Amino acid sequence: MNEPAKDQFTIKLNGRDVEVQDGQTILEVATQENVKIPTLCHHESLEAHGGCRLCIVEAKMGKRTKMVTSCNYEVWEGLEVLTDSPRVQRNRRMTAELLLSRCPEVDMLKELAGQYGVEKPRFADAETTADGKPSDCILCGLCVRICRDRMKASVTDFVGRGVDMVVDTPYHRGSEVCLSCGACEHVCPTGSIRLSTVYPVPPAKRQSEFELGLSARPSIFIPFSQALPNVPVIDRENCVHFNTGGCGICEEVCPTDAIDYDQTDSTTEIETGAVILAPGFCLYDSSQKPALGFETYPDVVSSLQFERILSASGPCDGKVIRPSDGETPDSVAFIQCVGSRDSEHNYCSSVCCMYAVKEAVMAKEHEPDLDCEIFYMDIRAHGKGFDEYVERAKDLGIRFTRCRPSRVEEHRSTGRLAIGYVDEDTQEYGEKTFGMVVLSAGFEPPSEIKELAATFGVELTDSGFAGTQPFRPVATSAEGVYVCGPFAQPKDIPETVVEASSAAANAMVDLASVRGTEVTEQPLPPERSIDGEPPRIGVFVCHCGLNIGGVVDVPGVAEYAERLPNVAYATDSMYTCSSDTQDFLKGVIEEHRLNRVIVASCSPRTHEPLFQQTIREAGLNVNLFEMANIRDQCSWVHMQDHKAATAKAKDLVRMAVAKANVLEPLGSITLGVTQTAFVLGGGIAGMTAALAIADQDFDVYLVERSAELGGNTRNVERALDGRDVQSYLRGIMDRVRNHDRISVYTSAEVEHVEGFVGNFKTQLRVGHPGNGASPETVELEHGIVIIATGATESKPTEYLYGENENVVTLQELDEKMSESTFKVPESAVFIQCVGSREPDHQYCSRICCSAAIKQAIRMKKAKPEATICVLYRDIRTYGFREAYYSEARELGILFVKYDVDQKPTVRATGNGVVVETFDPVLGAQLEIPAEMLVLSARVDANADNDQTAKFYKVPITDSGFFLEAHVKLRPVEFASEGVFVCGFAHYPKDIDETIGQAMAASSRAMTVLSKDSVEAGGKTATINPARCNACGACVSVCPYTAIAIDEEKEVAVINEVLCKGCGACVATCKGSAPNLNGFKDEQILSMINAV
Amino acid sequence: MGNQVGDVATTKPDSTAETTIAADDWQPSIVAFLCNWCSYAGADLAGVSRLQYGPNVRIIRVPCSARVDPQFILKALQNGADGVLVSGCHPGDCHYIHGNLVARRKFAVIKKFLEHIGIESERVQFSWVSASEGSRFAALMNSVIDGVKRVGPSRKLVKEL
Repeated sequence: MNEPAKDQFTIKLNGRDVEVQDGQTILEVATQENVKIPTLCHHESLEAHGGCRLCIVEAKMGKRTKMVTSCNYEVWEGLEVLTDSPRVQRNRRMTAELLLSRCPEVDMLKELAGQYGVEKPRFADAETTADGKPSDCILCGLCVRICRDRMKASVTDFVGRGVDMVVDTPYHRGSEVCLSCGACEHVCPTGSIRLSTVYPVPPAKRQSEFELGLSARPSIFIPFSQALPNVPVIDRENCVHFNTGGCGICEEVCPTDAIDYDQTDSTTEIETGAVILAPGFCLYDSSQKPALGFETYPDVVSSLQFERILSASGPCDGKVIRPSDGETPDSVAFIQCVGSRDSEHNYCSSVCCMYAVKEAVMAKEHEPDLDCEIFYMDIRAHGKGFDEYVERAKDLGIRFTRCRPSRVEEHRSTGRLAIGYVDEDTQEYGEKTFGMVVLSAGFEPPSEIKELAATFGVELTDSGFAGTQPFRPVATSAEGVYVCGPFAQPKDIPETVVEASSAAANAMVDLASVRGTEVTEQPLPPERSIDGEPPRIGVFVCHCGLNIGGVVDVPGVAEYAERLPNVAYATDSMYTCSSDTQDFLKGVIEEHRLNRVIVASCSPRTHEPLFQQTIREAGLNVNLFEMANIRDQCSWVHMQDHKAATAKAKDLVRMAVAKANVLEPLGSITLGVTQTAFVLGGGIAGMTAALAIADQDFDVYLVERSAELGGNTRNVERALDGRDVQSYLRGIMDRVRNHDRISVYTSAEVEHVEGFVGNFKTQLRVGHPGNGASPETVELEHGIVIIATGATESKPTEYLYGENENVVTLQELDEKMSESTFKVPESAVFIQCVGSREPDHQYCSRICCSAAIKQAIRMKKAKPEATICVLYRDIRTYGFREAYYSEARELGILFVKYDVDQKPTVRATGNGVVVETFDPVLGAQLEIPAEMLVLSARVDANADNDQTAKFYKVPITDSGFFLEAHVKLRPVEFASEGVFVCGFAHYPKDIDETIGQAMAASSRAMTVLSKDSVEAGGKTATINPARCNACGACVSVCPYTAIAIDEEKEVAVINEVLCKGCGACVATCKGSAPNLNGFKDEQILSMINAV
Repeated sequence: MGNQVGDVATTKPDSTAETTIAADDWQPSIVAFLCNWCSYAGADLAGVSRLQYGPNVRIIRVPCSARVDPQFILKALQNGADGVLVSGCHPGDCHYIHGNLVARRKFAVIKKFLEHIGIESERVQFSWVSASEGSRFAALMNSVIDGVKRVGPSRKLVKEL
């Protein structure tokens, strides 16, 4: 009687007992045991073929042995297999030699045969193809089988018999049934079959959307390397499975069964009190201007494509190379305003000038000899620090030519791209050729935006962007619906981030009454004290399916870990992050009384919080956790070397155990927060921020140095679009004065400040100029500070200012025009950039171009016959302000460019002045008589900003404006927590931008104010006073001003609330006085010792 | 170049032969201190992108390159590491505002010191890698490994037991 067949039994693999499943092949068992067997005709998604004979192994059957193909030979109980015996070696050598004889030119076969000692085959009977070349097809049939069995297309098959057999398509022609999926090419081991020979037309590569067509991508792909979530998506349009029902290989190979072909879009209903729309923008499609050669010439690329080319993680690895031939060009031209500032786009895209300059600078950093030239209309460097950047670019040798080229043509003979131009500054005509051309494409509204806008009832402007409310720059026509980013108007990253916070602030004001009502807190067990316990470390080594387990010997690492000092428990698990393993982990911690936990798996950057949460739920302090990254930095990057990867994994676990031995629980302290805001500055910025906070039911102290609120806005009658600024200002001042949450202090100056985030104390000196009473001192306690101290228009020192009564500044003109007696002059000249953009004050004052154009238009409209002329260097009417520049020119206002090296001159006449300037267009000196000369004077930072900066321990720029923590990512904050900035104190900006930034500052401030306590401690630094001699070295390197010297005790003191745990002080101190919790010297040294 | 002192030290007649033989088989051990926010993330990205590099580097995660005390570098060399790499965020990108610049000042000094005592410049290297530069990280690993392989096993400072 036969015994019933067992499901599981043992075989001997190279003398070792191995557990196997019934039905497995020898090859499957060997793969599972990390024993390498070479194959050629095998593919895991196809049935075993047994054709190439390379995978033969020696199977012992009692007394005799037999050579069998391991890919299709199933195991049976008692089987003994030798995969590398001398006989196997001999047989494989012959197989390899015969294959190489057939296809002597195939590198992969040469290498294979070489491994078996065959340099040159003894048999000289190479197969030749129809065209007489040696064949590179070994007739393994992989292409035939994958196309027939998986793709269900059967494009190719074996044709002919015996020695004449080849793989071919019917009639040796491109096949109509081919799906152009490329599977045949992908599986072919020798590179013999090409998609281009089996598909009737040249196959189009699926272009990577993220790389903008600069590289290809498969049908299942992760959109880009830092995508969140970082998981693949299927392109259903091109996926073979969705087209024919075939393939399905991804579903089979996925170890976690994550592929679900039946997934469909679903509709989810969300209840919400406010909506923020941030759909971004669409880059202008430059192919709409065919004369510029985009999509005609491969080396004419869009600015965003060039950005990808320059990116270190992009398709060219950061090398400046052109698409046509992969060579580095000798020169690159940038053409500005492509799809901006033209008949269809009456706006400026705001960002293209700066990104072009940045790209040119970066390209030159990569290739110092690269010749870069920017063809521009006006360089719009109106952002903070931008003009300085442009000057540095000029110093690097980047050329700026003022011209709008209309055509790019390729020279047939040289392949170079020719740009014809007329330099507007010199009126020279010429043609230049370049190796590459970058089109600085503008912003358009996001695609398919009309539907979204209609859904939310948001009105769009004529140009298709979101329309917003007067003085509410992020509020749309629909109540409770806000916008931010370029959807409202083209803008740069800093303004976009500011607007995002601003939109959030608006929503928070709307929802103030329900703040916190949707929050549920998770109850946690009390933390277990581990005082006096010796370390009992648990090590959990993760397979991560095959991600780690396929390369690293995971059970071996767990076994190794178990033998390390103080390791009480070690095991391996398939997915340590799965919820059942988390429960298991908690159980093990309790059962084995573990007091340190190590997970050896992936990156702490992604998974540390999850595991920390788990051990916290098991009653352990979160800081008793350590991770060994044996996936991202081991199995995934050493895939070919299993042995070395396993050794490295053991090392990493050993290092983690060494650190775990000296891990300590870290406590945190809780400090109360004074939930009151302190706003310094009573201009439009300060008042807006104060109201936003007060409207959310928090107390605000609003402090103004002068006797009245209103700031610079008091001098502005109308906005660029004609809005009445004064009535808006009166409204907001009334609201501030009457708000029961706002206490206003005027004629008040800061005298002394102490404290830190959540707990500031500011001493004010409040004067009483009205009644003559002597000033009093007031002490205010508050949780945050918003600096909104504004700036001032400078007094020019040139152009007869102060000497001639007809010469005024822009602000003075505004005052004059608001008087009823003002008479519009017959002639007026505006001079731009007075005191700005010159060596001593290199920055652009940002607002003067728009302000001058605003006043010029008002004059011209009031008196159309008046002659009005604007002398400018670059007109910087960014965004929608461009429309007013267009209007001004249509109204007949003259714009004449001047050069900073050849400034206009002014001389007084009887009833006004005469301005003399050189007009580059006419090439002639002009004399312009003017009844009034208006100077667009520079905006100066307040002279006492440095004093305020010292009070609140925040930095200022060289120009004296406050310097935010990060220009782009934290535009209204400082490194010192709890201090925020908005308005002119940060940099000049117009009224809408000021309101937006003030709202943003309030929004960031609310992140502190809305909590009744701040938590501090954890991974922060501490000082050992016995080792400290108060030298102050730590104070100087601390980026957060968290360290101060206690002069009395002569010791450095760290404010745990302010410390962010960078450890700069620890590494700087010569006396080892500071140490950093979580990264202590002894902890890091223990790891170094364990390497 | 300052590393000539080191070159002389390793090209003594007796050590030349060994170094040449070692170059084929010998695998150096390298310790890398990576800041959590940029370089460590760049190393993760190299992993996610499956970019292959030599298995010689053991990574120690620190919050910021400014946390790396010069004694860590010396300790690693004493413990027999053949090379040390410190990598942080690019200038201007530091998570801690300017910690990487503090680190840079410190390393300029330690590098001079190491060269002075005859440690080859290939052996102790400093670099910047951002979170998006997976390929740069993989290339850096290989170049550091190659550099250390070129100068051979570390002999100076090594604590013999």
